[in-house]
Amino acid sequence: MDIKLKIWRQSNTASPGQFKDYQVTGITPDMSFLEMLDVLNEDLTARGEAPVAFEHDCREGICGSCGFLVNGLAHGGRHGTTVCQLSMRFFKDGDSLALEPWRAKAFPVLRDLIVDRSAFDRIIQAGGFISANTGSAPEANSILVPKASAETAFDAAACIGCGACVAACPNASAMLFTAAKLTHLNSLPQGQPQRDQRTLNMVAAMSRELFGSCTNHGECEAVCPKQIPIEFIGNMNRDLVRATFRRRREAIVVAGTQRA
Amino acid sequence: MAASSVVSEPVVKAGEAAGSAAAFGTNRLLLLWSTVIGKKIVMAVTGVIMVAFVIAHMLGNLKIFAGPKEINTYSRFLREVGMPELGYGDALWIVRLVLITAVTLHIIAAVTLTRVSWQARPIGYRERKDLETSFAARWMRWGGVILAVFIVFHILHFTLGMVGFQPGQFRELHVYSNVVAGFSVWPVSAFYILAMLALFSHLDHGIWSMLQTLGWSTARNQATLRLASRLIAGVVFAGFVSVPVAVLAGWIQ
Repeated sequence: MDIKLKIWRQSNTASPGQFKDYQVTGITPDMSFLEMLDVLNEDLTARGEAPVAFEHDCREGICGSCGFLVNGLAHGGRHGTTVCQLSMRFFKDGDSLALEPWRAKAFPVLRDLIVDRSAFDRIIQAGGFISANTGSAPEANSILVPKASAETAFDAAACIGCGACVAACPNASAMLFTAAKLTHLNSLPQGQPQRDQRTLNMVAAMSRELFGSCTNHGECEAVCPKQIPIEFIGNMNRDLVRATFRRRREAIVVAGTQRA
Repeated sequence: MAASSVVSEPVVKAGEAAGSAAAFGTNRLLLLWSTVIGKKIVMAVTGVIMVAFVIAHMLGNLKIFAGPKEINTYSRFLREVGMPELGYGDALWIVRLVLITAVTLHIIAAVTLTRVSWQARPIGYRERKDLETSFAARWMRWGGVILAVFIVFHILHFTLGMVGFQPGQFRELHVYSNVVAGFSVWPVSAFYILAMLALFSHLDHGIWSMLQTLGWSTARNQATLRLASRLIAGVVFAGFVSVPVAVLAGWIQ
């Protein structure tokens, strides 16, 4: 297979970027999308040009490192698939593909297709801790977890933090990501003691990182490689109302909230 | 606070940032309003109020098909309801005040959140395709602007009789003749129908959207709720548009 590529090249955050055209040949249908880029980069390196920078780690769809837009669709738009798991057999010989990095104020481009997603880390950090004992494994039946809660938490915990939800969102909102992280811990008995505080702080962190505001388009859910449902956004909204009205003992303080 | 000057601390501990406590005080409603999600919830709750009003208004309008006496009596009833405990028109003014508050909060929240979203992606995509979203969802903001303009016109028109009528043509409480005279001017009817299309679109996405925002939409019932939302929007649209259509077609005169 021969593929025509139009790739966003940007040497650092400060410099302006532009699209550049490339041609890759000798692609086999069983290569992954990132392997196709590896072929391109070997070719570029041999010619003395700078290889295309893209993030990758596990290449099996579970680490959340990779991700960019392929022809306007995050991760290439195949249901429940990261771009590293996207196989070249889904494309045709002679296809032209445009690759563009996630675009959001909160995700500055570091180089080419790599963006800085540390805003996500700070949202998670704002969530604080859960009061679980560490050390040897606890007795399995000491805390009973209802089946439905365990399943909900597990579905939410599947979020790999790749950022596709923000990238696909017309508002560049991080609601699906934050909702997944909150639903994960707020669904479990172990997450209850800090539930309200965690919700207030993570929602505040989301605003502080200058993500946009959700208008229920559902684009996030459509591109999420882990198929996190927007139902979790509703859970988060309810948890925020609960957190706002239930906290009685402590002063109501949301750390460093930027007023939206 | 300028957007560019916002710096996040690596670790945030609740209770440490005293500055925000001063901003919110201890008022829980203000705390909720200060968050982006809180404003969405305000939009959803005010949306419920406005949808209820719009349905009641549409049903009231249909009385025109029962003849002049029926609808003129209804308009007097709206002013006399609650008497003698309330004065003439008091009940109507209570409803109006609730609606004015709802509309104001809805618009303030919408404008604030729109600004947040527009600032969240300063450099746009060369190409970004939509997979899931609908025309209605993408037109929420501009449809809302059309509706806001329409509501101002509509109040000046049928409530106050200040625009769209010949001098002396508009008579307070003579709803039937006012409606027939008002809709006989075709550009007025055309704008009315256009605004009702915007309302259909706004409700199509809006009714489901408020259920989603308030956490009632689940992966399982989402398709049903979306369909119900579209059906309610369709019924409201048909009910409102039937009046100018009937006037222009000469069915009521």
